[in-house]
Amino acid sequence: MITPDATISSVRVVLPFHLKNLAKTNSSEVTVEVVGCVTSGSILDALEARYPVLSGTIRDHVTHKRRPLLRFFTCEQDFSHEPPDTLLPPAVASGVEPFLIVGAVAGG
Amino acid sequence: MSQVRVLVGTKKGAFILTSDGARKDWQIDGPYFGGLEIFHMKASPVDANRIYASQCSDWFGQVIQRSNDGGQTWDAVSNKFLYDGETGTHLWYDGTPHPWAFKRIWHLEPSLTCADTVYAGAEDAALFKTTDGGQTWNELKGLRCHPSSTQWNPGAGGMGVHTILLDPSNPLRIYIAISAAGAFRTEDGGETWTPINKGLQSKYMPDPNTEVGFCVHNLAMHPSRPDVLFMQLHWNVMRTDNGGDLWTNVSGNLPTDFGFPIEVHAHEPNTVYVVPIKSDSEHYVHEGKLRVFRSRTGGTDWEPLTNGLPQRDCYVNVLRDAMSVDTLDGCGVYFGTTGGQVYASADGGDSWNTIVQNLPAVLSIEVQTLP
Repeated sequence: MITPDATISSVRVVLPFHLKNLAKTNSSEVTVEVVGCVTSGSILDALEARYPVLSGTIRDHVTHKRRPLLRFFTCEQDFSHEPPDTLLPPAVASGVEPFLIVGAVAGG
Repeated sequence: MSQVRVLVGTKKGAFILTSDGARKDWQIDGPYFGGLEIFHMKASPVDANRIYASQCSDWFGQVIQRSNDGGQTWDAVSNKFLYDGETGTHLWYDGTPHPWAFKRIWHLEPSLTCADTVYAGAEDAALFKTTDGGQTWNELKGLRCHPSSTQWNPGAGGMGVHTILLDPSNPLRIYIAISAAGAFRTEDGGETWTPINKGLQSKYMPDPNTEVGFCVHNLAMHPSRPDVLFMQLHWNVMRTDNGGDLWTNVSGNLPTDFGFPIEVHAHEPNTVYVVPIKSDSEHYVHEGKLRVFRSRTGGTDWEPLTNGLPQRDCYVNVLRDAMSVDTLDGCGVYFGTTGGQVYASADGGDSWNTIVQNLPAVLSIEVQTLP
């Protein structure tokens, strides 16, 4: 539930090629409205709410564990291994810096 | 005039090949979902424009795509495949218990009577069903919860339900096969399952009389004879005339009986096709020759079909779901190779033409015969 004083942040998210196609967006960068604290978990909540087809492609449907070959970066830092409720830098909440979902360089 | 639509799933996307009834000139459309594995695509028998596709990626996991216009446009439907209840364990490669975990959908089998109903065969082995066109999936957990399932183990490619055969004479009867657990049959729409592996033999099985643990590669059935099944086992081509209660070896004069796909002629229930490969250790065709073998006697007596196929320096494989037939008068036979070639015969295998030769490795072939 959104409380009247809850902060809403417009967060920029950069999707990898295949997820951009799956979400059928024109650009790899999308903006989602995040309610409350801006964390990787809350960003993904907002992203999946806006683009339900992305559910299960970034994190597990049930456990919300990040898929092994995806990484989360922002502000030149790797947040992939941080708990999903870790607060991200203010530049993400203010929209100055995007949150990047990156496919690991692997495979053929 | 009739048309044929060939649905090709490859390692790097999907392709749709179309031709008129002559099956000489082909239009190649795709790639769809370029760069992503399309494990299997299959259309509804009751709505030719409804096609389902299993899209897989190590990075992004499982996605199910659905088309309502014959493959021109696609929309993702639900990819939420959740095992129903406690998952338990099966055997791992080293013989230790290993927790069940969903990895991908190997095979999609649309219902014979409803375009919104589809069965999905999963790795780790389980059978799912949708009745709303893929918006939701529910597990038919009687299969995974079979008492023998703690003894199932994966084949080299994983432990997936790769074959789903629906009995056209009995909507409650379904056959499935799992590598490397074996074949199973349900008589109650998927609630309960019976292993149907008697008569199968595999080297190195600790218990030759075991009811499960066989690396069944593929099953085939002619719709007019749902009690007769043909099987490409790991080694050996097998046949049953009693719905799987007992199998007999019909490898006969095949030069090698290791292989993956097996198919039945659309109009001749006793005509069967296989593509033998050299061995379990050398997954390419025997002697550098790409030969389809045809039996017109329901097995045992096999003839090589080579006209139009490369007969030297060929080292490709044909995977288990990469062969199919059309239902035109001169039954068309189609298969795709790990080398990216798709071959078609418009005369039941007597002669072959190359439809396309430089696709990514072909994972699956399904054929639609359109009015």
